[in-house]
Amino acid sequence: MNAIEPDRLPGQLAGSGICIRTGPFVSRIQSRLSAVAAGLALLYPDYPLADPDGFTDFQVRLYTPNPLRRWWRPQVQFAMDGRIPFKPLPLSQAYPLLEWGLNWCITSHMHHYLLIHSAVVERNGLGVILPGEPGAGKSTLCAALMLRGWRLLSDEMAVIDLDSLELIPVVRPVSLKNASIEVIRRFASEAVISPPALDTLKGTVAHLRVPRASIERMDEPARAGAIVFPRYRSDAVPAQAAPETPGRTLLRIAQNTFNYSLLGERAFHALTAVVQASRCHDLAYAELEEAIAWFDRLSGEADG
Amino acid sequence: MAESCLPLLVQVLRAPATAAVLEAPDWDRLIRQARHANLLGRLAHRVADVCDMAALPPPVQRHLDSARNFAAAHARVVHWEVNRIRRALAPLEVPVILLKGAAYLLSGSPVAVGRVFSDVDILVPRARLDAVEESLYWAGWLTTHHDAYDQRYYRQWMHELPPLRHVRRKTVLDVHHNILPETARLHPDPEKLIAAAECIDAPDLHVLSTEDRILHSATHLFHDGEFEHGLRDLVDLDGLIREAAGAEARFWERLPARADELQLSRPLAYALRYCREILGTPVPEAMRQWTDRALPGRVTRGLMDALMARALRPPHPSCEDAFTAPARWLLYVRGHALRMPPHLLLPHLLRKAVRSEE
Repeated sequence: MNAIEPDRLPGQLAGSGICIRTGPFVSRIQSRLSAVAAGLALLYPDYPLADPDGFTDFQVRLYTPNPLRRWWRPQVQFAMDGRIPFKPLPLSQAYPLLEWGLNWCITSHMHHYLLIHSAVVERNGLGVILPGEPGAGKSTLCAALMLRGWRLLSDEMAVIDLDSLELIPVVRPVSLKNASIEVIRRFASEAVISPPALDTLKGTVAHLRVPRASIERMDEPARAGAIVFPRYRSDAVPAQAAPETPGRTLLRIAQNTFNYSLLGERAFHALTAVVQASRCHDLAYAELEEAIAWFDRLSGEADG
Repeated sequence: MAESCLPLLVQVLRAPATAAVLEAPDWDRLIRQARHANLLGRLAHRVADVCDMAALPPPVQRHLDSARNFAAAHARVVHWEVNRIRRALAPLEVPVILLKGAAYLLSGSPVAVGRVFSDVDILVPRARLDAVEESLYWAGWLTTHHDAYDQRYYRQWMHELPPLRHVRRKTVLDVHHNILPETARLHPDPEKLIAAAECIDAPDLHVLSTEDRILHSATHLFHDGEFEHGLRDLVDLDGLIREAAGAEARFWERLPARADELQLSRPLAYALRYCREILGTPVPEAMRQWTDRALPGRVTRGLMDALMARALRPPHPSCEDAFTAPARWLLYVRGHALRMPPHLLLPHLLRKAVRSEE
């Protein structure tokens, strides 16, 4: 996307849009909203653009639904292929709505894959799935790992090929919520973070730019070797890791799978195989540094 | 209608083997048209039947594969819903006659392959309607319209109860006692439909007879105002007709006779006309003469041709022109006019218009 000059980006977005490729998916994004252009310019400069005349998976548009409300409580609407899946949100949430909308596009239309609500990172060939139990802090940990040299595959969903059982990268900016925005700022001063959107359904939300190294490897699948259920707990000093049984891991991860009941038996077999190939752990941590040290040991063991 | 004017989706449904030579921009348009027309699952199966899927572009394979997985999951859910409905109604010893999508699926019709629909529809004898509603209530299906006016609208004028939603599974069930509203211009006799129904799983599970399934589908499409799924419904009709014509020797004699008996010749004539024109459904020469007689005069026919040419295209911007919206609106008005006489319709629409402002 570096090929587009910054001052031409808004015009192109307002016109035929830009086609950004994130892993296997091409999204055509159209919008006249300055927040969308600014967010994309900030977070997507290193992404490859796809042929605008080729096949696009999702055509999304963000716009103000009611021009009369331009000044009084302005709103933003998300549409995929001209259809509107959500109610409009306040205009200040335009950029997060784009990211949420793109997540929805995948989880609602890509049942070719097993889709688990989780972060996925990789190092030394070890793919790690971090399932997203609410409030567990998977995004924070995933962001910290990424900033310390782990490759990001996805912060929001594990995309698993049902035949090869490989983890398919869908590399997109990492969503940070509430206190974790400040935590990551302090953790890595070089981190590029979008302006926070306040008072969303999930509280304050901002997005973190993904390092170029992860984007350059977005066509390289990984193999799951570990499943870790992270939990932030202020009293977990030092960090405490406990092995989890394969059976319980399967049940817990199935609950976090978007299309488990939809894929039925195939989902069960795929998940079983992934769990059997993985070491499964619970990890409670209070300090990011300790959690990262634990993960580094995990990948070091895989290397040795 | 020249074949080259047909939307890409219709061209590929008519000749699925042509999918093998489509380029990326065509697929881009085709998959969007199919998704908007609620025909992506059907398209995926048709293409997979005749093309080497592995030779298609990988992104296309993913969308088609996803649609097939989605439709398979949907079929599982519908089988389960039907199982629950039968269990709830078993003590009543009433025949449960599945209609539309659920009927195609449970009777194993090829029309059901890849088809996705929102509600399960059943037909029960009117005399047993109260008992059926009560049994369903105790099994968890509750009414969705709590407004007194809506309740009266359905119960006094319509051919079905207000839609029921299952309290836990959130699935929607429509319980019919006829296939057209009490107030509609055409009056098919539900006793005749019930008497001819075929048992597909003893003792209680039934579907309408082959001819009645086609007539119901035609009535639903051409005597109603909802064309959002117009092309999908036409594809159903095409499939039902091809299936029946291939399986029953005297089908083309029985179908028009049954249509006359149930006062449904007009909707059937429209169905045959547009199935043949748009989807190339094989209709014998003798039937075309019958169709000509059953259709309205030249002026009305010309108008309907113009409206249907638009309403039966995929509801996607790539298939629409300046007259699409007015055509759909006119058909909506026509559908309501066929449903209710003016002295009932006008107050009803007025009430709906006022209420939607609230």
